[in-house]
Amino acid sequence: MRGLSLRSPSPMPGFGLAAGITFTLLSLVVLIPIAALIARGADIGLAHFLATVGTERVLSALWLSFRLAFLAALFNLVLGLAVAWMLARYDFPGRRLIDAAVDLPFALPTAVAGIALTTLYAPNGLVGHVFQGFGVRIAYTELGIWLALVFVSLPFVVRTVQPVIEEIEREVEEASATLGAHRLRTFVRVILPMLTPALLTGFALGLARAVGEYGSVIFIAGNLPYKTEIAPLLIVIRLEEFDYEGAICIALAMLAISFLMLLVINLVQVLSRRRYGNA
Amino acid sequence: MPADIALPASAPLSARPPRRRARRVTTEPGWFRAALIATVLTLLALLLFLPLWEVFSQALSEGFGAAVASLGNPDARHAILLTLLTALVAVPMNAAFGIAAAWMIAKFDFRGKAFLITLIDLPFSVSPVVAGLCLTLLFGSGSALGAFMIAHGMQVVFAVPGIILATMFVTFPFVARELIPVMQEQGRAEEEAALTLGASGWRTFRTVTLPNIRWALLYGVLLCNARAMGEFGAVAVISGKIRGETITMPLMIEMSYNEYLTVAAFTMAALLASLGLVMLTAKTLLEWRFADQLAARHRH
Repeated sequence: MRGLSLRSPSPMPGFGLAAGITFTLLSLVVLIPIAALIARGADIGLAHFLATVGTERVLSALWLSFRLAFLAALFNLVLGLAVAWMLARYDFPGRRLIDAAVDLPFALPTAVAGIALTTLYAPNGLVGHVFQGFGVRIAYTELGIWLALVFVSLPFVVRTVQPVIEEIEREVEEASATLGAHRLRTFVRVILPMLTPALLTGFALGLARAVGEYGSVIFIAGNLPYKTEIAPLLIVIRLEEFDYEGAICIALAMLAISFLMLLVINLVQVLSRRRYGNA
Repeated sequence: MPADIALPASAPLSARPPRRRARRVTTEPGWFRAALIATVLTLLALLLFLPLWEVFSQALSEGFGAAVASLGNPDARHAILLTLLTALVAVPMNAAFGIAAAWMIAKFDFRGKAFLITLIDLPFSVSPVVAGLCLTLLFGSGSALGAFMIAHGMQVVFAVPGIILATMFVTFPFVARELIPVMQEQGRAEEEAALTLGASGWRTFRTVTLPNIRWALLYGVLLCNARAMGEFGAVAVISGKIRGETITMPLMIEMSYNEYLTVAAFTMAALLASLGLVMLTAKTLLEWRFADQLAARHRH
């Protein structure tokens, strides 16, 4: 049956209605608007697209956005693993509070996070003036952008890895220890491979979020062209100049690079699953 | 059995054999645990707790009265109402979508299911600014559809419908992603039993499915609502930021902040942060109380 019809027979009612609502809303809200962007992009033509994206200002904005998003996601890979490990394995006062607080970046609107981080890390801010004493400026530099991106992408790795750590059976670790492996070796050779798929999923989610982030970054970034101007901000600037073509070109470049990156991460994930089994 | 348990309590301390503590092989040494906890807590304090504290301390920096007074301004009131209206429309729409999509994906087998799930997740990998741009292009005066709608008095871009659509775009997957794994896990045996006993499809949904998914649905709605009220990038692009008309709470924060109205900006931020904290508390309570009825990743 399955080979012939699009869906296998079921006694359950409501497929038509559910499919109707799903596809109508999905098309209206998401698919048709994205198609509109791609259609308008197709009108521009490749040569014009390359000329627009190839300008120094656009290239440096794209490079800044993707580089800092990657570095933030990388930092969160380590911090997220540490937080998840701590929450799953250690007992310490306030564990449940920390567990709940990890989702704070999901609960706090980006504009709120943006102005709070900026005042906190500005040269005259509570934390910023301490760093200023060491000659380190955070707000209005790349470091500030990175910090905001770390903030917004913090929960992803924790939330994907934590349940996997909780499901690891202690027997596996005991077996490894019995066979003479010390703790670090057990962690690297036994535990880490089991966590790799979840780590990569969290990394990809965090990266995607950080690349597109706008609200929390624009306050702390300083927004100097060529230096601290992120790609989403450049899209907004182009729109305010009514340069729709310019905005479309940057948006399409961002979409293309994002999908390419997610494709690579998916590929790595498939390879790691093949190597370590379906953990 | 450790030797020291057998010793009578009155035995002199010196008589105890040197006690060798068994090394626990499935955890890290104590110094490592302490160092990791201290490092992580410091980083989380710098990243999460201090910013939250900063919001409230800046809002109250000129006293409670000044903070409350800044909310009395008509633009601020309009922004609050607009944000509430946006969430009130966008969240139920996305909840309806989430239920329909989860019903379709969890209760039926059809081709292209994985592709459909990928499409539902699409808004997560699109920048909110790009989302706003897409909607602006589709409904703006530059497109045939937009020109037609404007000619017939339906303004989407730089108006409330655009804000609602942009909010729906960025929060689109939240409820569906929460419900799909829960409904997939529950299977369809209970619904089939109800149908066999003669219940109509609608009644089966209302009396069998809905009670099973209510906490997961509430969980998804909470997350969706938090993001909907706080959305900035997509709304900033499509709203045109017309004062007193298309300014939502997050846009009002930006405007006040850029005009150096620190108390006004942070009071509005504190209001949104409080809503976020209420959401976080409700979500945490759900995780503690109804863990078995939520998606697997929330079961701690």
